[in-house]
Amino acid sequence: MSVGAGQAFVLIVYRELCLSFRRPEQLFQPLVFFLIVTTLFPLGLSLQLSQLRDIAPGVLWVAALLSSLLSLDSLFKNDADDGTLEQLALSGQGLTLIVVAKTCAHWLLTGLPLVVVSPIVATALGIPTAAFATMMLSLALGTLTLSWLGAIGAGLTIGLRRGNVLLSLIVLPLATPLLIFGAAATERAISGTSTVGALYFLAALCVFSCTLAPFAATAALRITLE
Amino acid sequence: MSIAPAGLEFEKVHVWRGDRHVLQGISAHIRPGELLHISGPNGTGKTTLLRVVCGLLRPEQGSVSWLGRSITTYRTEYQAALAYASHEPALKSDLTALENLRFAVGLKRRITADELLAALNRTGVGACADLPARALSAGQRRRVAMARVLAMNASVWLLDEPYTNLDTSGADLLSGLLQAHVEAGGLALVVAHHELELPCGIRRLELNS
Amino acid sequence: MWTWFYKLASPPYVYGVAAALMPWLLGGAALAIGYGLIDGLVLGPRDYQQGDAFRMIYVHVPGAILSLTVYMVMAAASAVALIWRIKVGYAVAAASAPIGASFALMALVTGSLWGRPMWGTYWAWDPRLTSELILMFIYFGVMSLRSAFEDPARGDRAAALLAVVGVVNVPIVHFSVVWWNSLHQGATIVKLGAPSMPGSMLWPLLSMWVGFMLFYGAVLCTRLQAEVLNRERQAAWVREAIKS
Repeated sequence: MSVGAGQAFVLIVYRELCLSFRRPEQLFQPLVFFLIVTTLFPLGLSLQLSQLRDIAPGVLWVAALLSSLLSLDSLFKNDADDGTLEQLALSGQGLTLIVVAKTCAHWLLTGLPLVVVSPIVATALGIPTAAFATMMLSLALGTLTLSWLGAIGAGLTIGLRRGNVLLSLIVLPLATPLLIFGAAATERAISGTSTVGALYFLAALCVFSCTLAPFAATAALRITLE
Repeated sequence: MSIAPAGLEFEKVHVWRGDRHVLQGISAHIRPGELLHISGPNGTGKTTLLRVVCGLLRPEQGSVSWLGRSITTYRTEYQAALAYASHEPALKSDLTALENLRFAVGLKRRITADELLAALNRTGVGACADLPARALSAGQRRRVAMARVLAMNASVWLLDEPYTNLDTSGADLLSGLLQAHVEAGGLALVVAHHELELPCGIRRLELNS
Repeated sequence: MWTWFYKLASPPYVYGVAAALMPWLLGGAALAIGYGLIDGLVLGPRDYQQGDAFRMIYVHVPGAILSLTVYMVMAAASAVALIWRIKVGYAVAAASAPIGASFALMALVTGSLWGRPMWGTYWAWDPRLTSELILMFIYFGVMSLRSAFEDPARGDRAAALLAVVGVVNVPIVHFSVVWWNSLHQGATIVKLGAPSMPGSMLWPLLSMWVGFMLFYGAVLCTRLQAEVLNRERQAAWVREAIKS
């Protein structure tokens, strides 16, 4: 009796969650990095809290981007290293489903915690609580898009020497629109102007990547598996 | 008299790795109930051939077909019907043996924990079911990989050096499993650099550089 | 009718065509660029507002247009190679990437030098400049990815996929002046309707554009010959070609 796509999706997500919770320190590392990077800016610039508010959206987003990049390397690498990626590819479920499930699991394990932790960081940077909702929504959309872009980059760079540097080189240029619109949305929420435009753009980028990136990432994995 | 399009066939497969012409027009047709033993010195493309037959590697020229249909067009159906064991046992070191099996086999068919445990018992590692894979010896890991192949209920077995790290009892066990599989109408491609002695009919494909 | 297309998939044919075309393209490029530079830099009138500084347009604009065009060629060749498994496509993409990156760098540098007298600053983070900078980074990413693989065939395929994925940036660069309030000037040539530029400026500019295209063609032919020879070095026809 064969396994349906929905069941397979749930099984793979559950597998990823199981694997991550067996190594909880690897879950916390990107979050800690996020916290550390955001504290570097106020320490380095020694600004008052009110002045920090001006650069806060940008700092928050750059830190989120960089800490997401840290965890992207492990999206496929662990499975590729011990040979289980081939087993997944040959499971009869189609490589695209595998990619979609793994990327969704990756977001749940890295993007979502980032969104949850962001109010703490935002308070440290002087962002008013009124802007939190927009900030968290923009981060949620942005990290999801980043997981998708990262899936393409990770698929292309598995097994390369210094693959994580190349991964950043590939993903960051493609991720700059996220940074621009995400920071703009948070900026506008702080200053009280309409955030709708920027949020729509982020949502559009998210939908665009969710629909097209799976195929690009699958193609990338096929190239690597050969 | 009719050549029924049953079984697995690959025709004139050519693969280049960089400048090396690794596979130079290899062809074979394996019918159900047959075992193909692929042998040859190191570096002659045995693993490459197996990966081509799996569908992981697209050959520059040549084709692979299963039941008369090209595996590139019917990729998912074909891969649902095969079980591949690579040179490494391919187990997640943080998961237990049972969990490894569950996540691998559970994608191919609905299976209960009891059936998985039965497969592990069959290959002699039932006691390791709840141990994380990193706590297992190389031989035990190989047996867990064998249990995975067994539990998949696949008609095509593609095994790359399956006898690695197995002691004599393990080797006998594997031979017994292969024999049973072939007698039940399955087919198998086995890459092994040593002689295979099985009661069933073995066809041989020798690769040389 | 499609036979010429199939012929293009054959490396020796492409090698021959590239070898034959190259001198003509180079000659044409020399003429067009020569005319454009003389008419634009020396003979043409000074701009009402900017004086002589505007003459940067004759190098900056064609360079920028070419950086986008070359990317489209690279992406199209990559797509053809990936979809129809035509190896020559990888050679075209590999040959074009450094040329396109150079054009992008040239556009950014000449634009920066032009920006100082025109806007008072060497750089501004406006949409067009930023997206052109991103385009250059994507070029670098494609070139780095190709060279990071030990197996050149896999490197080609990976770089081709990245080139196709990065093509989303090209419309962003082109339409950035339309979609956002940009410091950068809007489109004056590549738009609907008549170009909004006087003839004395337009002709040298068009000539430089054509000249740059021909120059790209010439350099592509030369690099393509080298790429094809390298990739097909095991084949018999290569030994013949090298002997002759």
